Amino acid sequence: MTMMRKLHLSVGVLALSSGMATAQEVEVLHWWTSGGEAAAVGTLRDTLAEGGITWQDMPVAGGGGSDAMTVLRARVTAGNPPTAVQMLGFSIQDWAAEGALANLDDLAAEQGWGDVVPEALQAFSTYDGSWVAAPVNVHSTNWVWANTAVMADLGLEQPESWDDFVAAMQAAQDAGLTALAHGGQAWQDATMFDSMVMGVGGPEFYQASMVDLDPDALGSDTMVEVFQRMETLRGFVDDNFSGRDWNLATAMVINGDALFQIMGDWAKGEFVAAGMTAGEEFTCFRVPGTEGTVTFNSDQFAMFNVSDASAQEAQMAMASAVLSPEFQVTFNLVKGSVPARTDIDSSDFDMCGQMGMAQLAEAAEAGGLFGSMAHGHANTPSVQNAMYDVITAHFNGEFDAETAAAEMVTAVELAQ
Amino acid sequence: MAVPSPDSPVRTARITRVFIYLFLLLFALFYLLPFGIMLINSVKPLSEITGGNMIALPREWTIQPWLSAWSTAQIGVQPTGLRPYFINSMMMAFPAVILSTMVGALNGYVLTKWRFRGDTIIFGLLLFSCFIPFQIVLIPMARILGILQMAGTTQGLIMVHFVYGIGFTTLYFRNYYAAFPTELVRAAQIDGAGFFQIFWRILLPSSGPIIAVSFIWQFTNIWNDFLFGASFASGGAAPMTVALNNLVNSSTGVREYNVHFAGAIMAAGPTLLVYIVAGRYFVRGLMSGSVKG
Amino acid sequence: MADMTGSGADFRTRLQTWLPKLVLAPSLAIMLIFVYGFIAFTIYLSFTDSRMLPSFNWVGWQNYERLFRIREWNIAMRNLAIFATLYIGISTVIGLALAIFLDQKIRAEGALRTIYLYPMALSFIVTGTAWKWFLDPAIGLQNTMQMWGWESFTFTWIKDREMAIYTVVIAAVWQSSGFVMAMFLAGLRGIDNEILRAAQIDGASNWNLYRRIILPQLRPAFLSAFVILSHLAIKSYDLVIALTGGGPGNATALPATFMYSYTFTRNQMGIGASSAVIMLLTIAAIMVPYLYAELREKK
Repeated sequence: MTMMRKLHLSVGVLALSSGMATAQEVEVLHWWTSGGEAAAVGTLRDTLAEGGITWQDMPVAGGGGSDAMTVLRARVTAGNPPTAVQMLGFSIQDWAAEGALANLDDLAAEQGWGDVVPEALQAFSTYDGSWVAAPVNVHSTNWVWANTAVMADLGLEQPESWDDFVAAMQAAQDAGLTALAHGGQAWQDATMFDSMVMGVGGPEFYQASMVDLDPDALGSDTMVEVFQRMETLRGFVDDNFSGRDWNLATAMVINGDALFQIMGDWAKGEFVAAGMTAGEEFTCFRVPGTEGTVTFNSDQFAMFNVSDASAQEAQMAMASAVLSPEFQVTFNLVKGSVPARTDIDSSDFDMCGQMGMAQLAEAAEAGGLFGSMAHGHANTPSVQNAMYDVITAHFNGEFDAETAAAEMVTAVELAQ
Repeated sequence: MAVPSPDSPVRTARITRVFIYLFLLLFALFYLLPFGIMLINSVKPLSEITGGNMIALPREWTIQPWLSAWSTAQIGVQPTGLRPYFINSMMMAFPAVILSTMVGALNGYVLTKWRFRGDTIIFGLLLFSCFIPFQIVLIPMARILGILQMAGTTQGLIMVHFVYGIGFTTLYFRNYYAAFPTELVRAAQIDGAGFFQIFWRILLPSSGPIIAVSFIWQFTNIWNDFLFGASFASGGAAPMTVALNNLVNSSTGVREYNVHFAGAIMAAGPTLLVYIVAGRYFVRGLMSGSVKG
Repeated sequence: MADMTGSGADFRTRLQTWLPKLVLAPSLAIMLIFVYGFIAFTIYLSFTDSRMLPSFNWVGWQNYERLFRIREWNIAMRNLAIFATLYIGISTVIGLALAIFLDQKIRAEGALRTIYLYPMALSFIVTGTAWKWFLDPAIGLQNTMQMWGWESFTFTWIKDREMAIYTVVIAAVWQSSGFVMAMFLAGLRGIDNEILRAAQIDGASNWNLYRRIILPQLRPAFLSAFVILSHLAIKSYDLVIALTGGGPGNATALPATFMYSYTFTRNQMGIGASSAVIMLLTIAAIMVPYLYAELREKK
């Protein structure tokens, strides 16, 4: 492996030294390819352009970033990695372990990143104690989105407990509505699953089963109960859920055809685009049972090894711009997520954004901030996808709850 | 084999003909349906799509989605639309198609008119290459492109498509030339014509139909390729399919389905045009070559 | 055959002798590296513990042992068997029927032929969404039929674990049966009409004409269709990704999607490589006998 890596690097040096001698340039691989989020990244490009740095755009959409990761592998194998790559959770650690990432320690120390970025996030941005990536945002995934008009029609208050939540959904179903808008794709099933694990078992159980992958926890009665809750949720989803995109599920809530959706905070963008305001036409609250905790995923720009001095300079300028308060605000206002820095004034954000920022800071303080399994922040991609297989098979009725818990143990074992 | 006839001499009763026409029209409908859905939805405002039936005709017609997909839609951070990528695809597809067709023609010529010991084995080796699953070549190919300094360029992509096109083009030309009278080649040889002269003067002029087949097949495959385009030419040199995928696969943004469909039809435009214009040569070419023993 | 060109072994003659082989040599070299070399590399990887990038630690048969313990792989193989059988069978039948019917002096044959052929020109990145909508009960065929008054009409295959693989078959048949039609049509047009006329004079019925004379003469077209369809079946990837994403659950996974997912998404390149080797073996098991028979016959 090391020999191969050396080969890569030496080829990379050749490519770089011959390719760009004069102009400063960053080549950025990402999957924010359309609509508002692409425009939001565009503000980063504009900031860099002011400093005379050209942005070579390299967008690859699809599969929640998995196609981009394939492309990245081709590029690294070819010996010329991009300057910066949008990356999630464990991928950063994997690439750092290959020795492919740059060291941002000097910049981080100078700008005091360590003080403003929550520790749970730093766990992903650093490898072996050194900064290798610049976090852009924090998405929290344990949100419920609700149509307030529908809630008022049904005479519902915001549910405070799991039983309230089930009762509210029952009321919606009795009224002929879809109680829970959901799209049957593995990652969406897993997003709900995260909240159920946290809600049933609490933080310790989440840590043991999702992060430490303890077989006893994975096969425990608590896990069986988690799967039983998934079955409860399944009972409130319409028959036509399979394969539905998440945003179409959100549209069901927007149109008043459905009461709730359990989804990450990117769903907010859909409500806003439909002309609705947080706290008025729609509302958000934590999945009952998970209050006080936040399951998150965080988009980061991992910085790859570039050897050319001017390219390194441009790379540092980009990392610095990513963590600047201005960009963190601009970008996250569009994206629906909250800034990766906890020291940012929340007054520009709407109700859900302010709630998200406050709760993130609280959870980070109290040790209730956990990486989301569904979004690659609790365990490696192989384990994550093995869990997907079981969760989605169970949700589609292939297993009962007991079998699913047992399958969880086997699948995780095979994936390690 | 006698002169091929345009139609079968088999005669059918009137009632049977009615049935035949019904059958053919029914299938025509089936084939047109998905394209029809795309077309209808590309001229509807978005609200009509997300709010209602996706098969219904638009209540309000608009060409805005088409304009947006072509020149203002966001593909990555730049709002360029699909236009620049269209040009990339052209720059990639034509050289790759022409190169692989030329080499295939020469290979077919050698394998049928200049046979030598072991030529069938070589043909077998070439042919089997058509069946390799492309996913397995990504990593080693990336390595080689890196060594050749062609990673992330249109030239690199042309090379990849050329390499994996040779098998098919050789197959087509070999089968076509196998039916070409070898006596003509012999006679020319006795008259002193050389290897390339014979190819140029005798075989090539009568290769029209099979060139059409090879062109259609290669152009379709190369134009529609996503895997190689994404892996080896993302960024500035990205082909149309990669851009289209970026357009339609917004991870967490609002999905403008009407723009997506307009873009999809645009991306399909050139291949559709090729099939409509050159389609009749296709059957003729297949007829004179690839499906005969 | 170079012996025929004359007596003197001068430079020009020798060049003419070697020229054909020289022309062929680059193609052969390219194939040896880019096809067979890469296959050898993949076979090697399947015996290593490669995860995110290739590694060279030999682990023996471990990847293969794991592969066959993974539930999804068995589903993928079973799906491939169902999918390939139906896809090849139905495409052949429809292609043949369309070709025979089109061969009956049909008006507007050119237009119909283009309509049947055009799906082959489109990639599933383009048509996938349209198919997905059409098959979706809430917005597609079922909804439309019910709106038109056929209240009891249901078509929910794509949402049904047991039936979803058949929707993949429908879309795949849609894409390639036109191409099969073109191959059969070409075959039909190549049949000597004199034989048919003679048989007609002898009083053969249409049915017998097709069964006894025409179909047997289409044998090469059948074989070509079979080879092209089977390799499309084994390589099917974007079709499944665009239509069902492998779902509901894992119900429509195929070996090609499995391989991509393990190699590139799950960072288990060793297992991905071992599944690729099994795919290659499957392809070889179909292709080698065919190539052998075809090439020997033509000598």
